[in-house]
Amino acid sequence: MRIGIVCPYSWDVPGGVQFHIRDLAAYFIRLGHEVSVLAPADDDTPLPPYVVSAGRAVPVPYNGSVARLNFGFLSAARVRRWLHDGRFDVIHIHEPTSPSLGLLACWAAQGPIVATFHTSNPRSRAMIAAYSILQAALEKISARIAVSEYARRTLVEHLGGDAVVIPNGVDVDFFADAEPRPEWQGDTIGFIGRIDEPRKGLPVLMRALPKILAARPQTRLLIAGRGDEEAAVESLPEEMRSRVEFLGMVSDEDKARFLRSLDLYIAPNTGGESFGIILVEAMSAGAPVLASDLDAFAQVLDRGEAGELFANEDADALAEAAVRLLADPARRAELRERGSAHVRRFDWSTVGADILSVYETVTAGAAAVAATDERGPGLRARLGLARD
Amino acid sequence: MTSTLIWILVALVAFGLYLSWTAGRLDRLHTRIDAARAALDAQLLRRASVAQELATAGVLDPAASIVLYEAAHAARQAEEEQREVAESELSQALRAVFAEPQQMEVVHEAPGGEAATHELTEAVRRVPMARRFHNDAVGAARRLREHRKVRWFRLAGHAPFPMAFEMDDEPPVALADRVA
Repeated sequence: MRIGIVCPYSWDVPGGVQFHIRDLAAYFIRLGHEVSVLAPADDDTPLPPYVVSAGRAVPVPYNGSVARLNFGFLSAARVRRWLHDGRFDVIHIHEPTSPSLGLLACWAAQGPIVATFHTSNPRSRAMIAAYSILQAALEKISARIAVSEYARRTLVEHLGGDAVVIPNGVDVDFFADAEPRPEWQGDTIGFIGRIDEPRKGLPVLMRALPKILAARPQTRLLIAGRGDEEAAVESLPEEMRSRVEFLGMVSDEDKARFLRSLDLYIAPNTGGESFGIILVEAMSAGAPVLASDLDAFAQVLDRGEAGELFANEDADALAEAAVRLLADPARRAELRERGSAHVRRFDWSTVGADILSVYETVTAGAAAVAATDERGPGLRARLGLARD
Repeated sequence: MTSTLIWILVALVAFGLYLSWTAGRLDRLHTRIDAARAALDAQLLRRASVAQELATAGVLDPAASIVLYEAAHAARQAEEEQREVAESELSQALRAVFAEPQQMEVVHEAPGGEAATHELTEAVRRVPMARRFHNDAVGAARRLREHRKVRWFRLAGHAPFPMAFEMDDEPPVALADRVA
């Protein structure tokens, strides 16, 4: 099958959607499908052979933060060219509502289109204003995928229609087979994420830490992620700061080894999560998970069966649960076991097969993808102006 | 005087173009519904065929075989109006027969059972998928067709008002080791 995948975010900036697309493309290529990924990228970034650059993304203020987006005449032309050259059986657009490549591809393409909705952002004002334009583009999508039941609900509420739920994939064995590192073992709790992004919840964990250390002084908190380390420990009493270690950005291999080494992984995120891939990675590595009870997290953790949940933003509840778990090796062993069994459904072998099922369902009996001006009755034909 | 006429003409042409664009949108949606319906039919037929094969293969006990055969046969033969009911009954029969994981293991161990299990798992997974995609397209078309401009100017032409396909497509527990 010839598969075209559209990535809305810069290939050179690491992010969940980019990793998802990279792994998905690798999975399809292993199965012998032809894959081309269209993604924004600087012209001098080295790209894997299956990625086609759609030009540099322009930083513009959008939806309360600065987003790097692709739009305008040049990008639209590149999208058209890619569609034309690719002769795809199906195209898979990620995040079609962001005003970037996804939306452009939706406009320009005709034929079987699959779209994955990753975020579950509340409806923005721009989206309400552009609703009818958006609707006309989104109508072309033959199959919608939401990454979680929560993301699906938001999608149904905001845009109408329906979607199937296929979670994000994880290479479970990569994490399960990683070698633990002794210096990260022994009464360690871990956190991965941007340090200075409050929604990742590090401040909540910092508020809980004194209580955890009071009950178990030998505990160490290991933090992997970018950000201002000084500011992060500012709220802690001086004598406790030595119990916090910053590892900075870690490679994929180190991330797996890190998660393998921990006694407890803590995800104190306060919002803005539609899936929670990090929890799946932690469970794959066999780390017991303690997470805030966001809708998306509760679903990934099987309503608390595969990992423990605490009341969102409640530092006391977090401290209480962490102390209880650290003191109870039997419970942690149980969580490890349940987590490892539960994550199998998130493995690429399952997730990839499901996505392929979607492709096969929509391509059955449909013509291949084309750019809009190549096929079908255009405006001229409809007005009776076309000459045959 | 002439300039007023020209403006009226421009407005009319613009409105005409808008209607033409809307008609194009609607046409595309109807095409999408047709494709989705064809895909749904294919998946339903596939599911009924696998169920019928399993029922006649002699790997299930006689009572289960008869229940499954009956439901699969009815689903394949159903008239358009009874289709939703017949397919729902096949879902119920599948759930009843494959309620226990042991039943699945029995099938799995029979000669050729692995392929049959795989096909059945795929089929019960794809029917809800195809149905969701179909009903999503139907919903989009209905929303557009209920709009004034479409009704007043009869942009939908003679295309029948699209109907959703409603059925019980809950897969058997033993076969649905997936999220949602």
